[in-house]
Amino acid sequence: MRVPDDDTVTASHAISPDLSDFARQVRGSYRMLLRRRLGILAVIAGCIVASVVLDFCLGPSGLSVGALIRTLLHPHDVSAGQSVIVWQIRLPYALMAVCVGAALGLAGAEMQTVLANPLASPFTLGVSAAAAFGASLAIILQWRLPGVPDAWVVSADAFVFAIGSVLLLDMVSRRRNAGTGTVVLFGIALVFAFHALVSLLQFVANEDALQDLVFWTMGSLTRATWPKLGLLAAACVVVAPLSFRAAWKLTVLRMGEERAASLGVDVPQVRRGALLRVSILSALAVSFVGTIGFVGLVAPHIARRLLGEDHRFYLPGSMFVGALVMSLSSVAARNIMPGVVIPTGIVTALVGIPFFLAIVLRRQGLS
Amino acid sequence: MNGLFAEHVTVRYGRRTVLDDLTVGPFPTGRVSALLGPNGSGKSTLLRAMAGLGEATGRVMLGPDELSRMSLAQRTRRCLYLPQTLPATVHLQVLESLLAAQNATGVMPDVTGGDEIDAALHMLDIFGIADLAMRYMDELSGGQRQLVGLAQALGRHPDALLLDEPLSALDLHHQFAVMDVLRRETERRNIVTVMVLHDLNIAVRMTDYDVILRNGKIIASGSPRTVITPDTLRQTYDIVARVETCSRGLPHIMVDGLS
Ligand SMILES: Nc1ncnc2c1ncn2[C@@H]1O[C@H](COP(=O)(O)OP(=O)(O)OP(=O)(O)O)[C@@H](O)[C@H]1O
Ligand SMILES: [Mg+2]
Repeated sequence: MRVPDDDTVTASHAISPDLSDFARQVRGSYRMLLRRRLGILAVIAGCIVASVVLDFCLGPSGLSVGALIRTLLHPHDVSAGQSVIVWQIRLPYALMAVCVGAALGLAGAEMQTVLANPLASPFTLGVSAAAAFGASLAIILQWRLPGVPDAWVVSADAFVFAIGSVLLLDMVSRRRNAGTGTVVLFGIALVFAFHALVSLLQFVANEDALQDLVFWTMGSLTRATWPKLGLLAAACVVVAPLSFRAAWKLTVLRMGEERAASLGVDVPQVRRGALLRVSILSALAVSFVGTIGFVGLVAPHIARRLLGEDHRFYLPGSMFVGALVMSLSSVAARNIMPGVVIPTGIVTALVGIPFFLAIVLRRQGLS
Repeated sequence: MNGLFAEHVTVRYGRRTVLDDLTVGPFPTGRVSALLGPNGSGKSTLLRAMAGLGEATGRVMLGPDELSRMSLAQRTRRCLYLPQTLPATVHLQVLESLLAAQNATGVMPDVTGGDEIDAALHMLDIFGIADLAMRYMDELSGGQRQLVGLAQALGRHPDALLLDEPLSALDLHHQFAVMDVLRRETERRNIVTVMVLHDLNIAVRMTDYDVILRNGKIIASGSPRTVITPDTLRQTYDIVARVETCSRGLPHIMVDGLS
C-alpha cells in the first residue's frame, strides 16, 4: 500500500494491491466525521433549547422563573394576568424566534445553493423588501385583500408581495440562458425597486402611519401570535423534509451546474423546487415578523463552516443555526435595555454581524 | 451496430447553428477515441449533444440502444459527460464529492453502505489520489481537482465516457498516467471512451480512433495515422506540420509554423 505521506499526487500505474488497510482507516475517519457532524447538530439543538428557556425566563415582567414554569405547567392555578404573560406573550415570542430563524436559515441555504451565490438570501434578493412594500400598502393606504381578518391584514399583504417577488425570481430563472448571475442581479433590482416604492409611500404617509411602518420594517417578534406561529411551524414541518430529500442533488449542484446536469440532475427542476420552498418559508417568516432578513444570509455561512457542504447536514445545520441566532437575538432584544424591547431586526444584525465577520475573515485568513 | 454513434445531430445556440446535421462514429467499444479540432469548432457541443445535455436533434445510439429516447437520469447513467471546466472549489471532502456524484440520481445498483466508500477509494487510488480522500475540494490544486473529476466520472461506471479535455490541467506525468488508466479501464470494462484532446502526439500515440472537427464539420475520421496527416493539420489548424518517425519507430508530430 502507498502511504499517504504528503500533499503531492503520486501516480500509481497499477491498481494498488492492498487498499484495505487504508480503506479501513478512511472509512473510520469518515464515520467519525459523520458522527462529529451529528454531534455538532445536537450541540446546536441543545443551545437552541437553552436559549429558548432563557428567552422565556428573562424579561421585564418581574415574574420569577418558578412562577413562569408553574404557569406553564398549571395554567389554571395562577392569576389571569400571569397566565396571559406566559401563554400569550412569552411563549409565542420564544417559539416564534426559533421558527422564523429556522425558516430563514433553510431558505437562505437553499437559495445560496441553487443560485450558486454566497450573497443570496431572502434579504438580499428582495423578498424582505417586497414584504415591506406589501406591509406599507396595508399600513399607509389601508389596502387589504378581500376576506382577510383585521389582525392579518398587514401580514397578508406582505405575504402576497413576498411570494410574488420569489415567483418573479423563479420566472427569470426559468428563462432559457438565464444564468444564476442574471437571477441574482434581478433580485438586487427588486430590492431597489421595492425600497423606492416604500420610500414613495412613506413620503405621502401621515405621521402615525409612518411610525407604524418604520416600526414594522425594523422587524419585531412582538407580533407573534399562536395562529401565525402555528402556520409558520406547519410550513417548516412540511417543507423541510422536501428540502432534505433533495439533499444529494443540491450537493452535486454545488460542484457546478453543468457537472450536476452531466450526473443526471435535472437542474432547472431542482432549482424551481428549491425556489418554491424558499418562497413559502421566507415569505411567511418575513410577513409575520417584518424585515429580519439577515439570518437568512449568515446562518448558511456559519453552517457551511461548521458542517461542510454535504446538504444532508448543511440544510438542517443552517436551519438550526438560524433558529439559534434568532433566539439569541430575541433574548438580547429584551434584555439589552431594561424595560425596552428593541426591534429584533436591529438586534439580529448587530448580533449576527460579529459571528459573520469572524467566520468570513477567518476563512480568508486560511486561504 | 457496435459503439457510440450519432446521426443527423443538429445543435443551435439561439439563432446560430453550431452543428448542422452531423453524423459521426461509431466510436468503438473497448478503445479510446479522440475528438480533435481548433477552439470553437464544436467539440464540447458534440459531446454534450451525445450525452443529452442541452437541446439537440438527431439520434444517438449506444450499441443497440437509442440513447436519445431515454430520460435524462437513465441516459446519464449509460453515457456520462465530463465537463471541460474543473470541479468547483466547494467545502466538500473529496470522498464526499464522489459519494454525492454516485448518489445524484439515486443510489447506484449493487453498491451500498461501506462498499460505496470502498468503491470510491478504489477510484481515487486508480488515479493515484487516494491520499486526498479526506481533503477538502476547496483546498486542492486545479490538477488535483481534475483528477477528482475523473474519479467521479469513472466511479459511475457508465457504458460511454465522454471526457472534455480531461488532461488540460495535468502535468506531463499525470497526462500519461491518466491516459494509461483510461486505456486500461476502457478495455477492461469494454466501454466507449471519447476524449477531447489538444495534444496531437498523445492522440496519435495513445488513441485508437480519431475524429477531427472544424466549424462543426468533420474533416477526417478513422485511425490516428490516417487522420493526423500534414494535409489535415493544415486544413484544420492552419499550421505547417510534419509527422516524423522517432528513433523508436513511433509517430511524432513536428510543427514548423503557421501556414
Ligand atoms: N452557450 C453558448 N451560447 C452561444 N454560443 C455558444 C455557446 N457555447 C458555445 N457556443 C459557440 O459554439 C461554437 C462551438 O463551441 P464549443 O464549446 O463546442 O467549442 P469547442 O470545440 O469545445 O472549443 P474549445 O476547444 O475552445 O473548448 C463556438 O463558436 C462557440 O462560440
Ligand atoms: Mg470545449
